[in-house]
Amino acid sequence: MSKIVRTIAQAVMPFVFLFGIYLIIHGHLSPGGGFQGGAVVASGIALLFVSFGFKYVSTFLREDTLSAIESSGALLFIGLAFAGIATTFFANFLLGSPVFGSIPVTGPGVGDIWSGGTIPLMNIGVGMKVSAGLSAIIFSMMLIASKKRGGEQ
Amino acid sequence: MLRRIAIVLSLSILAVMLVAVIVSLPPFGEPPSQMDDYIIRNAQPETGANNVVSAVLFDYRGLDTLGEATVLFAAATAVVMLLHSRNGEAGD
Repeated sequence: MSKIVRTIAQAVMPFVFLFGIYLIIHGHLSPGGGFQGGAVVASGIALLFVSFGFKYVSTFLREDTLSAIESSGALLFIGLAFAGIATTFFANFLLGSPVFGSIPVTGPGVGDIWSGGTIPLMNIGVGMKVSAGLSAIIFSMMLIASKKRGGEQ
Repeated sequence: MLRRIAIVLSLSILAVMLVAVIVSLPPFGEPPSQMDDYIIRNAQPETGANNVVSAVLFDYRGLDTLGEATVLFAAATAVVMLLHSRNGEAGD
């Protein structure tokens, strides 16, 4: 892509990733969550691919890494679900403990980042899974597109 | 003839069941269940999350989210596998 696109992408990229990570981490306090934040992060990866080209991006972003992140996110999610099996599957066993254990006052309020029990951790797991999964899809499509153009771009 | 009688019989049974369901529906505009009221009142003390949507997604309906994540996993796996086997690599 042209120099204008690359410059703007460089300026915007940190904010896209920051916004995605904010949506994931604050999923239990404000609108958003793992799915939405992961989609925002993956759109940042797509912007990276479109503006800088597959050849440059694939020097530091590899598909094995994406697969590893996606699988570890899924394992984190299922592991947290199984960790509460003493009561039920998907029991919120962290509620009341020092880690993410505080309970907010009922009603509207700002909330506390250390609340929600397993919900923020599950949000992080789903966020890793969605962002890496969508990025892997984009990666494969860009691989085919760059092969078709004969390695140009 | 027997077939026609069977069709008429099954259709009339279906019609009777549909009418019974329509009669037992709650009046228009009333909430069909008390589930939403319960979640709005108890989501914050029970799950500790201020975002009630997140509380439903990851706590009350966690199994549903697991299914969604599985769908995404299957989609990503299928896309990567399809595009890479088209690429001329060994489709293993």
